Formats: sequence, structure tokens, C-alpha cells
Amino acid sequence: MKRADDYEKRREHLKDLTDEQLKERFWELANKIVEPMLDMGYKYTTPSIERSILLRMGFSSIEVKPIVDGVMKKGLMGKGTGNVVWRLSKKLGVSLREAGLGLAEGKYWDEVDTLFEGGKN
Amino acid sequence: MKLDPNKKIDIKEILQDLENYRPRRRGWHWREGTNEKIQIGDFEYIEASEGLKNYVPLPGSRGFGYIDPQPDCVITTEIASGRFEDDIRRMRMSAWHGADHIMVIRTAGQSHIDSLLEGTNQGIGGIMVTRKQVRASRKALDFIEDEVGRPINFHSYISGVAGPDIAVMFAEEGVNGAHQDPQYNVLYRNVNMVRSFVDACEAKKVMTWADMLQIDGAHNANATAMKAWKVRPELMVQHAINSAFSRKIGMKPENIALSTVPPTAPPAPCMRLDLPYAVALRDFFSEYKMRAQQNTKYMESDGKEATVTHTLNLMISRLTSADIQSTITPDEGRNVPWHYNNIAAIGTAKQALDGMDGLREMVKIDRDGILGDDVRELKERAVLFMEEMIEVGGYFKSVEEGFFIDSGYYPERNGDGIPRQIDGGIGVGMIFERDKDYFAPVSVHYGYNAIPEGLKKASDAIGGDTFEDPSKIVYIDELDEFDNVNVRLEELDKYYDTKYVKPEVEWRADGVVAVTIFLPLDERTAEFAAIKCGEKMGLEDVTVIHKNVMHPSEGTLVEIKGKVKFDINIDELIIPEKIPVLSEAEIREEIQKNPMFVVAATVGEDEHSVGLKETLDIKHGGIEGFGIKYLYLGTSCPVEKLVDAAIETNADAILASTIITHDDVHIKNMRKIHELCIEKGIRDKVILACGGTQVSNEIAAEAGMDAGFGRGSHGIDVASFLVKKRREMK
Repeated sequence: MKRADDYEKRREHLKDLTDEQLKERFWELANKIVEPMLDMGYKYTTPSIERSILLRMGFSSIEVKPIVDGVMKKGLMGKGTGNVVWRLSKKLGVSLREAGLGLAEGKYWDEVDTLFEGGKN
Repeated sequence: MKLDPNKKIDIKEILQDLENYRPRRRGWHWREGTNEKIQIGDFEYIEASEGLKNYVPLPGSRGFGYIDPQPDCVITTEIASGRFEDDIRRMRMSAWHGADHIMVIRTAGQSHIDSLLEGTNQGIGGIMVTRKQVRASRKALDFIEDEVGRPINFHSYISGVAGPDIAVMFAEEGVNGAHQDPQYNVLYRNVNMVRSFVDACEAKKVMTWADMLQIDGAHNANATAMKAWKVRPELMVQHAINSAFSRKIGMKPENIALSTVPPTAPPAPCMRLDLPYAVALRDFFSEYKMRAQQNTKYMESDGKEATVTHTLNLMISRLTSADIQSTITPDEGRNVPWHYNNIAAIGTAKQALDGMDGLREMVKIDRDGILGDDVRELKERAVLFMEEMIEVGGYFKSVEEGFFIDSGYYPERNGDGIPRQIDGGIGVGMIFERDKDYFAPVSVHYGYNAIPEGLKKASDAIGGDTFEDPSKIVYIDELDEFDNVNVRLEELDKYYDTKYVKPEVEWRADGVVAVTIFLPLDERTAEFAAIKCGEKMGLEDVTVIHKNVMHPSEGTLVEIKGKVKFDINIDELIIPEKIPVLSEAEIREEIQKNPMFVVAATVGEDEHSVGLKETLDIKHGGIEGFGIKYLYLGTSCPVEKLVDAAIETNADAILASTIITHDDVHIKNMRKIHELCIEKGIRDKVILACGGTQVSNEIAAEAGMDAGFGRGSHGIDVASFLVKKRREMK
């Protein structure tokens, strides 16, 4: 879009504001603009967020990738990849590392199907 | 490991046992002792901080007792050689010159890698940011900060499609600050908008836990926009979006820094544009920190020009405020920064900030004139920008409509912004809604998390995560058999603490040197003639790094770089031995028994007085302190007058200072003193010594003097020489 500078016209409603009021308005608008993004952050997850969770659970960057890819394939990202590994370890009665490494190596994926009632997202 | 200033940092020792290294602290460090007056040397400083234990002061400090006042703001240096083992050495040099914020640039393209990288592969224009490189650098900085006596902040980037992964790794490895701004991903890296903001929530949450300082990415708008000063309203909007967003995630305002750049540079009347902008920004963002970046948009290959722009930017920092003063190396317009250009930029910042200490106590921003009007207008334009963003449907819609990086001075629009689509970009479709039973068993997490019943907190499910139990961190050493630090060290083993040395600018033994050449030729001919000069000097891979026309036909200055083919064996060097000096007590005793009188002056048409006065004056450790009496004849003293004064006073010695070297006038003056003394028949009775920045003992002796004193000489050197020489003559 092209538009000439119409600042003088547009500023009519701002020109009588004090500096303090203008500053308040600035931050009010900024806070409003970021709300939807924060909501999305609250509701959604991504492969990198999930990888970051698995890293913190004690897996290496090389191990976390196939786990996240597998969970995506299973349509279970909505459950959380950490959740998948944690539940699997409980179900199999093995350590968290063992469960996660198994998934990274392509094992236990059939078990994963049974971890969540209602299945897919 | 404790560093010894006389020994090189041992990279092999840094690498040893790295798998078990844990960072000693987390979080950002501001300089101590600010906001109070500090006495340093002869002066009281208003905007300084605690001094360093070990440092290299500014060259001019010689006239002020070698003081090295540290400004109140953190000083940044950016390192980008692509080899961390070489970066570490540069970090040490930078710290000695006053940098306490070391920023390492990432290798090109890392922001598009959807994973953490591992190992120590060589990077391009920066290092591959990996756990091993970060850990080794942080470990080295621990030793370096002990050596200089001030904590050093280590910093890199949390952006791209692996933002949360990197944030976690940085938090685990004690990285103290990072760039994080989802808008940067969207606008410049074409990462999908939604993905970028969702990722940023987690990354920022992790940064908040780690008490990291965040720097935003708004300065890139300045570098990308066609006419940088026109995007000033938008810059404020970008700063506001990232600040408000971070704040709502829980980051404390004192950990949120704006990356702000004075938008223009000379020959534009930059102060008139940049200062109102700086004031407007600080009005709106009074709660946040200012990271004052240097303008690079208009940087060419001229290092001097870059330095002047930097200095003008520093003036804005001093007239308004800066919590972190960034420095960009003066060679950034030529190549990836070289060692000594990092130091040059740090020096510029330190020099200018020290020099303008307390400026605001004397000079006030005048808001009643044009500045006040401009400030108000900029702020209103920024508010109008955000009003329209909301009007069109919010952030995502406004990005789709190309609001950002438009070259118009908003509300003017030129239709050349960078539009991005909500369903486009890298990582699109990689966003997943969390189910009701979504669970992330970690101690720090943004957003919805259904913690199963019976657990007090999420990470209890796994008995604590790596933030709570760092022993769970999995360390990967190397993945690439051929491209790693061990291979590089082996290849360069010949130069690793051995007798062999090669010049270098960024990597050990890279062999690169720069040569400055003036040629009485037009620009294009000069360029090729300069390359030929380099080749004839025996350099390889000669390229022109800078040229500056002096006149279309009269001449051109050309700077070239090239590689030398040889090594130097330092064992084969003939280095004249440093003359041992007598002890202070011995000199004093001898002068007491047998008094000495000297005449002294700066000779020729030369007004320099500092060096000689320091040599004479008791206050500066001069010869007077040992009881030697003197007659000082001042500056621009004719040689005849000096010799006559020596005869009249029956002086034991003549001390002449000569600084100006034009047409070898310093050598000619020395010779003239010697010859005059012969002519007047006193040469065998009088000691002749000369000093000056370009004088050496060898040059002086050749010109007939008994001794010469160059840079770094002190009163005791001269006094010791005089006593010894008089003994010889008797």
C-alpha cells in the first residue's frame, strides 16, 4: 500500500493528550497487540518446545529429534512428548531414559498407542 | 586454572574435563560501584564503575598515571571468527581493554536448523553455537573474569526455529544474555509468524528462570530499511511489542533491553535526527534497559569514518543514557572483525565515555526547542502505527499487509515493506493445539500444563529436570570426525606455544597482514597497482580492503590484505637486552654523595613537553626524585641555547626531547647536539641523552648520543643511566 503522509490529519485525537497520557496510550496499545500471541503460546505447542522439554528430561539433542518426530507421526503432539515418554516409562516399568531411548531407536511405538484414552487429538 | 598474565591461555586445558564442567553462576551482571562519585588518579568521575585488577589503559593514560577508568555501562564486543578456540584468546584481550559483555555471533544459517547442533565445526561469520562451544567459552571466561577482576557476561542468540532448544541449553550452560525477539524471525528469517511467537513464549520463560538479559532485534529494522531514519516510529513499535510480550511472560523489566541504534550517520545531520529519537525512546521505555548499538547501516570500509560515527553515537549515549554500550568493530565494513579491531572499538567506547563523563551535569537536553517538537511527533507517529495495527486486525494482519520495514515515515507508506503470510514461512504447520491432558513434566514451562493429580509440581513426575539436577544434562562431544577443534589444533600444532610464529588477524597462524599504501594514481589504477605491490612484497591472496580517493588524479589511499608465506622463529631473533637499572636506593645514595646537575629541553620547533616533564618531575617518578637537580629550558629550544646553558651551568648532562620526526628532524637534532658539544670542547665532559616516542637507544647512539629513551621509559631508566655513565667517565 502507498499512502502520503497524513500525520497532521490522523493526529487530531492525540494532539491534546499530555505526554503522560500519550505514554499510557502507547503501552495500552502494545499490551493489546501482544494478547493474541500470548493466548496462542498458552494453547499451542511446537516441535521445538517439545524438544526443549525432552532435553530438560535428560535426553540429548540427537535423542530428542526422533522422539518428537514419532509423536508427531502418531498425532499425539497435543498430549506432550514428555508426557508420552513419562507415561511409557510408567507403563513399561522402565526408567525414563530407557523409555525415551527406546522410542528414539524405534521401539515401543505400539505401546504408545495405548497410553491415552481417546487416542488421537 | 588460574591465568598468568605472562602466559597464553591454554585451550587444551580448557577442553580437558569439559564434560564435567558446570557454570559457576547464572544471570546477568551489571557493573559495580556506579551512581556514586569515584576518585581515580587526579580526577573525580561521575559515571564510572569499579576498576579492574588487570587492564590495558588507553594510550593517552601515560599523561595521567596510567589510570583506566571503567565507564558505568557494560561494554559489549562481538566476536565472529568461526573458531571458538581463537575467539577465546580475543575474549581475553577484550576483557583487559574493558569489555564485560562478550557476544558470539552464530554461523550463517543456524537459525534455519530445526534442532540443536553439536560439536565444534568451524563456522562462517560466527561459530556454530553448540553446547561444547558454549561450555568451553563460558569456562574460559570464568578464568578471564578472575584475571581482570570483574564478572563477564556471555551472550548469543535465541532465535530461529530452535529457539526453545537453544534457550534451554543456554540456561543449563550459564549463558548470561541473549537476543530474543520473535519479530526478527518473522521479518528477516521468514520463520512462520505463529510458530515464532509460540516458540518465543517458551524461550522467554526459560530465559526468565535463568535470569538472562534479553536484547531485542529492532536494530535490524534500522539496518534493513532503505532510509533508516524513516522507520523511527516503527522501531518504537517493534521495541514495544517485544517488551510487552516478554513482560507478560514474566520477564522482569530490568532484564529487558532495547537494542537501539541511532538511525543515521554523517554526512546526514545525524544528531538532529538521532537525538530526538533517543529521547523519545527513553521517555516511552523508562522502565527498560538501553543497549546502545552503533550505527552500521551507513558503514563503509573506512575505519576512521566508522570510528567517528561510533563516537557521535557515544555522545548520544552520554547525553541520554545507555546501560549497555555496544561496539562494532571499525572493520565490519571490510571483513569479519579482526582481533585488534575489537580492541579498537572497545577503546573508542571507553575513550569517548570516559571523556564525556558527567556531560549531563553541564549540558541539558532542551525540550523547548525543535527537539521537544520532534520527540512529541515521533511518539505520536508510533502510537498511530499501533492504532492502525489494531484497526486492521492485529499483529499478524499488519505483517501480512506489509506494515513493517516500509520506507515511508509512518503514516506515510511506500508499499515496500516486508510482508509475511500467516500460513507461510519456515516451520509452517508445525503448531499443535494442546489437549486437555497435555503434560510437560518440567519445572519451567509456559502455558497450559495438566499436572497429574498427586504431583506437587510438574517436574516431580521425573524426579526433577536438568534445571533442578544438572547431572541429568547429556553432553555430546564431537559428531564430525574431520571438522572439529582437535583436528584444527593438530594441524596448527607447529604454532601452538612453540618457537614458531606467524602474523594473524583472526585465527592462529592465518598469516594475514594488512598494508597501507598511498599511490599517486587514480582510483582504479591505484587499486591494481596496490595488488601488484602486495604481490611483489611476497604476499599471497592479495585483496583490496579499502580505498579512499585523495583526488581523481593526484592520488588514492589503498589498504590491502594478503597472507605471508613464512614463519618467524623467535629463537633466531636478535633482541637487544633490556639495560638493567640500578636500584632506587643506590641511585639516591650516589647522588647524595656526589650531586648531579643536568640541563633539559625539547629541541627544535617542537612543543611537546609531557614526556620530558615526566622524566624530570618528582611527581611523576622523574630524576628529581633521586636528588638530581635540573634546569628546564622549555619547548622549541634551539640546540645552541641548550648546549650554551650546559656550558654556563657546568652541567653533567644534557637531556633533549624530540618528538617530531618529520624529515628525520629528530635524528638531525641529536647529531647537531653532539657536533656542537665537540665544537665547543665539552663532548668528553658531558653526557648526552635524548628521548622521544620515535627514539630508540640504537637510533640515538648512531646519531652521537650516549643513550636514547623511547616509549615506556621512566625517570629511573634515565637516572640509572646517568649514574652509570658518570662512573664510566671518571
